[in-house]
Amino acid sequence: MAETFPVDGSRAKLALERHSGAGIAVWRWAGTAALIAVAVVLPFTLSNYHVFQLTQVMIYAIAVLGLNILTGYNGQISLGHGGFFAAGAYTAAILMHRYGVPYWATLLPAALVCFALGVLFGLPALRFEGPYLALVTLAMAFAMPQLLKYFDNWTGGKQGLVLTKPMPPPGLGIDRDRWLYLFVLVVLLVAIRVAANLLNGRTGRAFVAIRDHPIAAAAMGINTARYKTLAFGTSTLFTGVAGALAAIVIGFVAPESFTLFLSLSFLIGSAVGGIATIGGAIVGGFFIEFVPNFANDISDAAPWAIYGLTMLLFMYVMPRGVVGTLGPWLGHAIPSLDRRAAPPNDTNVKGGL
Amino acid sequence: MRAKQTIVAGLCMACLMLAGNAVYAAGQYGPGVTDTEIKIGNTNPYSGPASAYGINGKVHAAYFAMINEKGGINGRKIKYITRDDSYSPPKTVELVRQMVEQDQVFLIFASLGTPSNMAIHGYMNENKVPQLFIATGADQWNDPKHFPWTMMWLPSYGIESHIYANYVLKNLPNAKIAVLYQNDDYGKDYLNGLRAGLGDKAAKMIVATQSYETTDPTVDQQVVALEGSGADVLLTAATPKFAAQTVRKVYDIGWKPTHFLNSVGNSVGTVMKPAGLEKGIGTISATSIMDPTDPQWQGTPGYKEWLAFMNSHGLSGSITDVQAAIGYSYAQTMAEVLKMCGDNLTRENVMKQAASLHNLQLPLMLPGITLNTSANDFDPIKQMQLQKFDGTTWQLFGDVMSGSGT
Amino acid sequence: MHQFLQQIFSGLAAGAVYASLALALVMIYRATDLVNFAQGEMAMFSTYIAWTLVNAGLPFWAAFVITLAASFVGGMLIERIVIRPVENAPILTAVVVTIGLLLIFNATAGWIYSYTLQEFPSPFPDRTLFGALMTTRDVGVIAVTLVMLVALFCFFRFTATGLAMRAAAQNPDSARLCGVRVGRMLALGWGFAAAIGAVAGIMVAPILFLDPNMMGGVLLYAFTGALLGGITSPVGAVIGGLIVGVTENLVGTYLIASQLKLTVALLLIIIVLVFRPNGLFGTAVVRRV
Repeated sequence: MAETFPVDGSRAKLALERHSGAGIAVWRWAGTAALIAVAVVLPFTLSNYHVFQLTQVMIYAIAVLGLNILTGYNGQISLGHGGFFAAGAYTAAILMHRYGVPYWATLLPAALVCFALGVLFGLPALRFEGPYLALVTLAMAFAMPQLLKYFDNWTGGKQGLVLTKPMPPPGLGIDRDRWLYLFVLVVLLVAIRVAANLLNGRTGRAFVAIRDHPIAAAAMGINTARYKTLAFGTSTLFTGVAGALAAIVIGFVAPESFTLFLSLSFLIGSAVGGIATIGGAIVGGFFIEFVPNFANDISDAAPWAIYGLTMLLFMYVMPRGVVGTLGPWLGHAIPSLDRRAAPPNDTNVKGGL
Repeated sequence: MRAKQTIVAGLCMACLMLAGNAVYAAGQYGPGVTDTEIKIGNTNPYSGPASAYGINGKVHAAYFAMINEKGGINGRKIKYITRDDSYSPPKTVELVRQMVEQDQVFLIFASLGTPSNMAIHGYMNENKVPQLFIATGADQWNDPKHFPWTMMWLPSYGIESHIYANYVLKNLPNAKIAVLYQNDDYGKDYLNGLRAGLGDKAAKMIVATQSYETTDPTVDQQVVALEGSGADVLLTAATPKFAAQTVRKVYDIGWKPTHFLNSVGNSVGTVMKPAGLEKGIGTISATSIMDPTDPQWQGTPGYKEWLAFMNSHGLSGSITDVQAAIGYSYAQTMAEVLKMCGDNLTRENVMKQAASLHNLQLPLMLPGITLNTSANDFDPIKQMQLQKFDGTTWQLFGDVMSGSGT
Repeated sequence: MHQFLQQIFSGLAAGAVYASLALALVMIYRATDLVNFAQGEMAMFSTYIAWTLVNAGLPFWAAFVITLAASFVGGMLIERIVIRPVENAPILTAVVVTIGLLLIFNATAGWIYSYTLQEFPSPFPDRTLFGALMTTRDVGVIAVTLVMLVALFCFFRFTATGLAMRAAAQNPDSARLCGVRVGRMLALGWGFAAAIGAVAGIMVAPILFLDPNMMGGVLLYAFTGALLGGITSPVGAVIGGLIVGVTENLVGTYLIASQLKLTVALLLIIIVLVFRPNGLFGTAVVRRV
């Protein structure tokens, strides 16, 4: 049914063999450094509004990265990541609003809370596959707004919580928008680094093995239950941190900010970028942030129809997502971010989904 | 080339932002205003769960187009920019920032939704941009001391439920009240307003409450549960679809409470008729605006003018929707305030004029209801009138009442 | 006691609404191994087509038949044009494509017909039965759903085409070798599902009132019901839908405040699924390694 792709990345390997090992490393470092330099300088050349938009892109990228870990690398579908995003956002918001915790100190608690939630979720999720897992995660997306509205003396209920936006450290001479951009950029780079280390190491290989051949993986001694739960927890950790950042940057949380459509948007961003890639998360972030605006410019009568058509177009032209499709082809010319990560077999997400 | 332009533009924007707020040295004009044009911005849910309110934005756009056809306001055309936020607060923040910082609008008008407005009102007040005539009735917005740039328009939901509470206390002092409400800011405000209006009798009189989500397909379970509580008064704070289902179900199960239906859900054409006209007889509601499907108003000059306007601007699909009448009145208020500014079109002056409305009458408002604001009072409409449904139309009764919303 | 009965019957009525859409979901799943997230919006769009025909003056049953035929053809076309290109792509791609379809149908309906609530005529008179426990329209929905269930069951079990469709879904390559036109089976599956969805929409619109967001909430419950019953079983879908309706009502009335109704109901259903991970009537798929 689905096309196969060599698991050992032999095509990319052959390409790489054309260059010497040292040459590759230099190119990779230079390329990465250049990208980071551009990212740091960029906000100073753009208007505040565009800086704000790019900050949103990075936040979505972190969230989508979390989803990629779970659904792309480990094959467990999630339609409920909006709920975990909300959990992270509200953790940060409640800490800031009720306990006066400074904004940068809310990231760690948000990460821990969401990791715990993910593990708690991942345990029963072990029983489910395919559409059943989708339902369980969907329940999370629906339950979260209800719970947020119910426990309103903690969460501010339907009114939401208004948060004071952080001021940049004095003496730095930059304004709030640019400071937040740089703050989020640092978190994004850390997230990418952590994800890359995780996914290129033993844990990542275990994830992929479980995704592609669960029985063989178990036969080889991989504790599938532990790794699947770990995948869930790690995934929600990333998305939760993204949620905390969103609360800080927007300065407001309300249950309406975290609807089912947010969960679907993450899934869409993930698929469009490339489900089993790290770089794809950034592409996904751009898609989620900019395509609705672009659709609105084209047609203000039915912008979501244009959004849907754009999605379809991407899926037809690049069924594995942008980075998933273009990555291997560019691999011999420009090393892609996920060069070392296992290319997806047939992104074996189980069953009907 | 593009990069250079972007850098220059970026530096200009940066200078402006760093200057605190963009008050041009020209003195008479704020941002977004020229000799020939006034730019105003709006966010509206054209999609998503609140998309039924999208008609507001469409009516505004059509109204301003009509004003422009007639020559504009004091010789200036109105450029009305409206964007879809899908009722999502982060999106509202982004779109408002785009309109204020990129499109350089003069003010933001009639943004719809409590969470959407909550998300932006810090930004608006910090940057001294008028957040005028917001389209939400939540009680907390009338606060000119802390938020001098934010002004309401609708009577707050609290005012309306106060009026119902007063009626109950006066006419049904031993009532047992059940409340059905939409589980969001809008529905809860009604519940809280009712509680506040009943005062210390609230705990005894309100015997049951049930809420519903906009994703619930029906509210049958809630209605049946409320009937089981033995209540003889029902307050329904629901949007049209659920209001219609409620009116129908209450009748179908043979329950005959004194049924108070909130103003958002009382349109004859989109609520009472789908529910079944005979099923709503005796329902009580309050209103400050004419329901366009109500036969008693269809001979008035105000209605005829509105109908002609709707039909000539491609909106004939919505002539049964009271939201269209509301949107029209919003736009008229905005046009009036802009006219009052004359040539002194600064943001400060707009707020000043908006806070000086005195007995302003609009053609689609009920006779006797006027708009009034002052430096301490940023809620232009505080009056409503009770009405009872007789199977064909809403019969007004009693006096025009003012509630004292919290 | 009366309240309890009321809630049960109300729940059955709501459950029948979910069950009718769940049948369409099961149809697509059995035919193409895919969950179609756009099913609800397709049903809503079909209902608008029927509404347009009725408003143009056609009698109800004529509009009904024409809509059914149009939906059938529409479903087949969608499978050929929209889904076929991503057939060999990763499954998640196909899922995302159905989500795209959901957005397109919803936005297009909103654009053409606006978001104002509309009435939809019902072939059944507006009366209550059993001492106000149910209305004739609710009974109508249940009856029509059961008829569709029986038809679907017989189709899969007793007809050659049904057998071919099951074969095409389970093992397309082997089915091809047996002479089954797999492409045609997939298109047929979508066509039937779209038609079932149209019937569901038309039955349900008089009760829920017609607007572009009519099926949004229903899809979630239909999905839950279909999975609870077993995504491969039409009987399971109907029973699952009814159970979801009744559970929701009882939970909201007796167990917890209605503000947490949805959360608790979903939780209970998930607990059931933990014990029966393939649904109540579903069959576990055994794969050879």
